[in-house]
Amino acid sequence: MNRYLWPLGIFIALVILLGVGLTLNPREVPSPFIGKPAPAFVLPTVHDTNKQFSHEEFKGKVSLFNVWASWCVACREEHPLLVELSKTSDIPIYGLNYKDKIADAKRWLKTLGNPYIDSASDIEGKAGFNWGVYGVPETFLIDKKGIIRYKKIGPITTQDLKEKILPLVKQLRGEAG
Amino acid sequence: MKKLLVLTLFLFSSLAFAAPVETLDDMTPEQEKRYRQLIAELRCLVCMNQSLADSNAELAVDMRNEVHKKVVSGQANQEIVDFLVERYGDFVRYRPPVNATTVLLWFGPLILLVIGAIVLIKNNKKKRATASLSEEQHEKAKRLLDTISEENNS
Repeated sequence: MNRYLWPLGIFIALVILLGVGLTLNPREVPSPFIGKPAPAFVLPTVHDTNKQFSHEEFKGKVSLFNVWASWCVACREEHPLLVELSKTSDIPIYGLNYKDKIADAKRWLKTLGNPYIDSASDIEGKAGFNWGVYGVPETFLIDKKGIIRYKKIGPITTQDLKEKILPLVKQLRGEAG
Repeated sequence: MKKLLVLTLFLFSSLAFAAPVETLDDMTPEQEKRYRQLIAELRCLVCMNQSLADSNAELAVDMRNEVHKKVVSGQANQEIVDFLVERYGDFVRYRPPVNATTVLLWFGPLILLVIGAIVLIKNNKKKRATASLSEEQHEKAKRLLDTISEENNS
């Protein structure tokens, strides 16, 4: 009897293992940045090329840093949510305009709305490279000390916002700066 | 004539899709060898199952350029890999390091092999145990066979 139950047991274990595998998202690469300080950069902003935007900006507050581009279709999908968030909450949102042309970026913000306090213009994608960006849009949540605490690759959904980002913002705001 | 034109166009279209080859003139043969080795071992993040060497994605081009620059500037392979791992995680390596999360990946096959060997040896022992008869059993079997053949003959 035992002999015949063995293969059945192995089969069921395999089904469970593969079943769990199917529910995972292979695109979700664990970010090596969680718990590390925001990588350094100094870039001009989209709206004023004489103005400089650097990683120092993140210190002293809990903020979102969203990587976007006018050529990125998924960013267009995500954008209304960011615009709404900028209106309904007091979480500062900053942008990294990744491998984009300034004129295109400006036009995009003008027609679709600008949820960002400021957007850094990373035309060559060097800052993006240092931030490990590979699939725009990407969103980082940065704490008061300028440490990255959460990262989302791909467009943020209402669910992400409700279940992960907003509770985490609340928690991080409670922490000592 | 028109057909010929279309055919020639097809011929050239393949050129447009060929993998981009960066100029490697600034490398010594030894550096070029290292460069090729590195980009074959590093994974392109956007295309998942392609190495940097195989991929045409824009990010892969950036990463190749970065590796190129670092090889020319004389950095060691380990330094270059570490630089990329810092940004993209262990995921960029096609040869993952041995750590807590990859232990099963590295030693799983070996464990399975050992389990298989144990099962095989146990099974064999059982078979051998049943295959060899004692003296007494031999006698019994012989008697049984004899009675059967006698019955058949009669």
